[in-house]
Amino acid sequence: MMDGRLRATKHGRVNEKGSEVAIEPFRTAYIPRPSDMVIGYVEGCTNNIWFIDIGAPFNAILPMSLGPGKAAFGGTRSILDIGEAVLCRVQEVEETHSSVVTMKGLGLRKIRSGNIEQVDPHLLGRLIGKGGKALSQLKEDTGCRIIVADNGRVWVDGEFDSIITVRDRLQAMSDDAKSTGVGA
Amino acid sequence: MGGYGDVQMIDENGLRVDGRGPADIRPVSIETGVIPVADGSARVIWGTNHAVAAVYGPMEAHPRKIQRQDRAVLDVRYNMAPFSTTDRMRPGFNRRSREISKVTADALESVVLLEMYPRSKIRIEIEILTAEAGTRCVGLTAASVALAHAGIPMTDMVVSVASGKINDVVVCDLNKEEDNYGEADLPMGILPNTGELVFLQMDGDLSPAEFQEAWDYNMEAALVVHQIMVEALKGGDA
Repeated sequence: MMDGRLRATKHGRVNEKGSEVAIEPFRTAYIPRPSDMVIGYVEGCTNNIWFIDIGAPFNAILPMSLGPGKAAFGGTRSILDIGEAVLCRVQEVEETHSSVVTMKGLGLRKIRSGNIEQVDPHLLGRLIGKGGKALSQLKEDTGCRIIVADNGRVWVDGEFDSIITVRDRLQAMSDDAKSTGVGA
Repeated sequence: MGGYGDVQMIDENGLRVDGRGPADIRPVSIETGVIPVADGSARVIWGTNHAVAAVYGPMEAHPRKIQRQDRAVLDVRYNMAPFSTTDRMRPGFNRRSREISKVTADALESVVLLEMYPRSKIRIEIEILTAEAGTRCVGLTAASVALAHAGIPMTDMVVSVASGKINDVVVCDLNKEEDNYGEADLPMGILPNTGELVFLQMDGDLSPAEFQEAWDYNMEAALVVHQIMVEALKGGDA
């Protein structure tokens, strides 16, 4: 609030619904929330902790106890090495914004195949569509296995040509959103 | 500064060397999204000045000693390309670019909501491709558009304009000759929505009345440039 007027702090489109005014930002950084499924890259490790880059302003930590397998103290690199990609879930986000991710859970694993694409997090709604319609259509059209993570990373696996198709579609969607200046 | 007072730079009709009146600014055009890999970017062409700014982040701040527990830090790097001036600019940091990087960071810190991203870093790169007086203003303006384009929360955009004095006349937005042979230079960083000041430097001497006049010129010009910035952001990416 400034001089009795509302002032936006982000660049976006104004949405007015009754007495509510909201801004749909055009671009935004991913801010982790508990239970988000994310794709991260291992950026570093200590004897019993991995540091995961989840595309957020802060790296997440993955303790050995929540990791994909058991290893002796100091054996973190033998399980997950630096640069490898993992599918994980945000377990908790502290007040200081540091977050803990877990790989214990259904479907959470190390990513060994396929391709990882990047989409702006606020465009995910557009990618998935109402009730997942757009996404299942994309999967059906290309025959690819696709996982859309909440941090805007999209895992695509399948035939080479199909991966390229998906990639082009994602790119077209991002370009479209940017040129028209429309958010999710 | 202040040296060549006898160089005639304003004619009998009150027009300046490039045909502008005292209150006129050079033509300004702004584009966003000129660097696709960056989180936000902007190009500002202001007269013959040409600046590109790119914003990356917020990201994890490295090395850890620069992290602040309660807020983000701005890592601003202002640089002039070697080919930006007629005398070759030696590449790399120098005293001048270090100073401008610092004052730019200080100006932007007062508008960016840094407390939303504790322990992280926002990287701002400003590259001057062509320099013709007032590059610090152009760089700061480009950086604020790029920040807004990156979706970084801010209370306002900083608009930076300089006024100065040539042949005892206060004029707005000095060009190269006026900057080199003029008597004073007053760059300001302004928040156009509130009229607040976040950045002020002065080179040369101005009397209180002249200072007030230069101030008013800057405030007026800031509103004009702010409008161009808003239009650029509304218009979508280049």
